[in-house]
Amino acid sequence: MNITLDLIVFIVLALVIVVSSLLAVTTKRILRSATYLLFVLIGTAGIYFQLNYSFLGAVQLLVYAGGITVLYVFSILLTSSEGDQAEKLKKGKFFAGLAATLAALGICLFIMLKHKFLQPVFEHGELPVKEIGHALMSTGKYGYVLPFEVISVLLLACIIGGILIARKR
Amino acid sequence: MVQMEYYLIVSTIMMFIGIYGFLTRRNLLAMLISVELILNSVDINFVVFNRFLFPGQLEGFFFSLFAIGISAAETAVAIAIIINIYRNMKNIQVKNLDKMKW
Repeated sequence: MNITLDLIVFIVLALVIVVSSLLAVTTKRILRSATYLLFVLIGTAGIYFQLNYSFLGAVQLLVYAGGITVLYVFSILLTSSEGDQAEKLKKGKFFAGLAATLAALGICLFIMLKHKFLQPVFEHGELPVKEIGHALMSTGKYGYVLPFEVISVLLLACIIGGILIARKR
Repeated sequence: MVQMEYYLIVSTIMMFIGIYGFLTRRNLLAMLISVELILNSVDINFVVFNRFLFPGQLEGFFFSLFAIGISAAETAVAIAIIINIYRNMKNIQVKNLDKMKW
């Protein structure tokens, strides 16, 4: 198996993602966990860029890495007091969670590697933004104008709901 | 070109790390971070299937695009709820949230 530049980039991204997500769920301090989440999100954006979906990678960077992480950091600073460490879990519960996770991971990996997918083909070349825009706004087959409108209503409801829930009475 | 299975392995590992965190952390914000990991791994799966198996179509791409938007909305509402809980109980550990338990 020959080592190509693509493969090296992928290995680096995969290592960043796996190590950072492990640290994000195991670290004791919640603020560090949010920082590692940021690294995971940036690594995911790197994978999107590698798959030639630059628009999706840019959206990921803007919405997730730019927006959601800031929201997390704000809420962590608002809600966690000084010296707020991770709580001790009972040994039995901890090992039960670990065993369940590992078993399910094993089953999923086994099934996925056994499964015969369609013949994978990789077409190089960027997806043009014009095509994305036309698909997003067309009403015909493979048009996405209805989900587009629905998600705009959802975001409006989310804004109003967030204000209603979090405001001071 | 990288094999398709490599991407799927990475996303599977990421998903189960998220599930592990969801099962073992006892802080609401930490659990929400684990949910973000799970959502993110599913987005990777959609994009990889779209790129490798159905390169002429755009379904997986748009599914990820909308999933990113919806998870942003979900996070915003969840954080609003968590801040409200903190205002009422001065605490966001799961074991203290039993007021609505019957």
